[in-house]
Amino acid sequence: MANWIDACAADDIDEEDVIRFDHDGRTFAVYRSPDDNYFCTDGLCTHEQVHLADGLVMDHTIECPKHNGQFDYRTGEATRTPVCVNLGVYPVKVEGGRVLIDI
Amino acid sequence: MSGIVIIGAGECGVRAAFAARAEGFDGEVTLVGDECGMPYERPPLSKPDANGATLKPICTAEMLAAKNIMLLDGVAAKHINREASCVRLSTGEDLKYSRLLLATGASPRRLTCEGGEHAVTLRTIEDANRIYSAAVKGTRTVIIGAGLIGLELAAELVGRGNKITVLEAGPVPLGRNVPQPLAQRIVERHLAEGVDIVCNVEVARISSRAVELVGGQLIAADLVVAAIGVVPNTDLAQAAGLYIGNGIAVDEALRTIDTNIFAAGDCASVNFSGLGLQRFETWQNAQFQGEIAGRNLAGASGVFRPPVWFWSDQYDLGLQGVGQTIGKATAQRTLSDDAKILFYLNDAGQLVGAAGLGVGNAVAKDIKLAQKLIEAKVAVAAASLEDPTTNLKKLLKPAPAN
Repeated sequence: MANWIDACAADDIDEEDVIRFDHDGRTFAVYRSPDDNYFCTDGLCTHEQVHLADGLVMDHTIECPKHNGQFDYRTGEATRTPVCVNLGVYPVKVEGGRVLIDI
Repeated sequence: MSGIVIIGAGECGVRAAFAARAEGFDGEVTLVGDECGMPYERPPLSKPDANGATLKPICTAEMLAAKNIMLLDGVAAKHINREASCVRLSTGEDLKYSRLLLATGASPRRLTCEGGEHAVTLRTIEDANRIYSAAVKGTRTVIIGAGLIGLELAAELVGRGNKITVLEAGPVPLGRNVPQPLAQRIVERHLAEGVDIVCNVEVARISSRAVELVGGQLIAADLVVAAIGVVPNTDLAQAAGLYIGNGIAVDEALRTIDTNIFAAGDCASVNFSGLGLQRFETWQNAQFQGEIAGRNLAGASGVFRPPVWFWSDQYDLGLQGVGQTIGKATAQRTLSDDAKILFYLNDAGQLVGAAGLGVGNAVAKDIKLAQKLIEAKVAVAAASLEDPTTNLKKLLKPAPAN
């Protein structure tokens, strides 16, 4: 069963950017893409557990703030070394100006 | 059958091996590394986590096997025979190559003073384990050299309850590669944590109990670490008749004067037209040059271009820099009370370098964008860089003209 959690307002995230969302002892990264869609992944990079919310979003890529590993945040796929383990991704929907994530 | 041979199984060599495969090379790929075990990352050795210096492998045996990359670990290359295109190994075996990459890295510079052998250095996991097992609470540790490695180690060891003295021959700590306004803040933090830093001093001799300075002052020491930089490992290349100039000289495609031999990473000195030979000692450079060299080994014709990026972690402070940060900064961006970035523009108004310091990864995003601005060679206004509300991404992607 879906477990939709209210993460933030849609306007809280700049276009082509990312913010951190913590819930129930877990941490996530919530993204707004240049084409105005929303996505959610695990918050910590799979390389050295650095939070991705401090990283740089370019198009559909998030670059880790530390060691420049990259992921496609739509699928969680690791796309550049040193990361080699994919990120977990979670369903997202926007309702009434709020971003909801299914975690 | 001969294939690609890579001497050096560090960050650079490993990236090169995978890059050669990514380029479609289907012959043999052999990585020769003189350390035993799987290739590992060196940055965590001076920036350890709560568990100390953890061995963080660059790749797994399965990943090597999946790409059919042969790792000869614990094997040193002794000699290169260019006429026969083969490498003599420490096992006595000769390894034929069609293309050879020298990713031999660098070694810590040794102290030349009397008793210099009492000082340990930090480069390998073995070195790290030796230092961290000796540096228990209460240890009086003298670190010679106030560069990035020396100060990262100071931060780590003071956290483990060591009494730390850092000795620097130059006039200021971090004088070589960190803009002074940022270096000063790092130094202030060290002093606040109880680290003693003494500049303008020369070590006369080292005994098993103390470091003696020129002038006679004695500093009691249970552990002495020399962190006075590295020298590129060029012996093999030199013996093979390749040109050496502060590293193994290569062109922008990372090729030596022998068209079948390439060099990359800490050991390589790149001859940029107009700029002369430049050698870089950063993790990102090892990775980046390794990837370019690996593809070129497989027949591609990529070229290496700066800027090169680096980072350092000390306490909860994160330092990041990219490109040329020499002289006085052109613009300063204050992100918050504890996060600041310095920008360096050339006469044409193009960004050529940036360095930032803040708590955690506060400066990371802007430094990454600075790197992209440097690469894009677009002219930027100092005022835009200074305004923290300007999204640097907007400077990279100017609004289309109507």
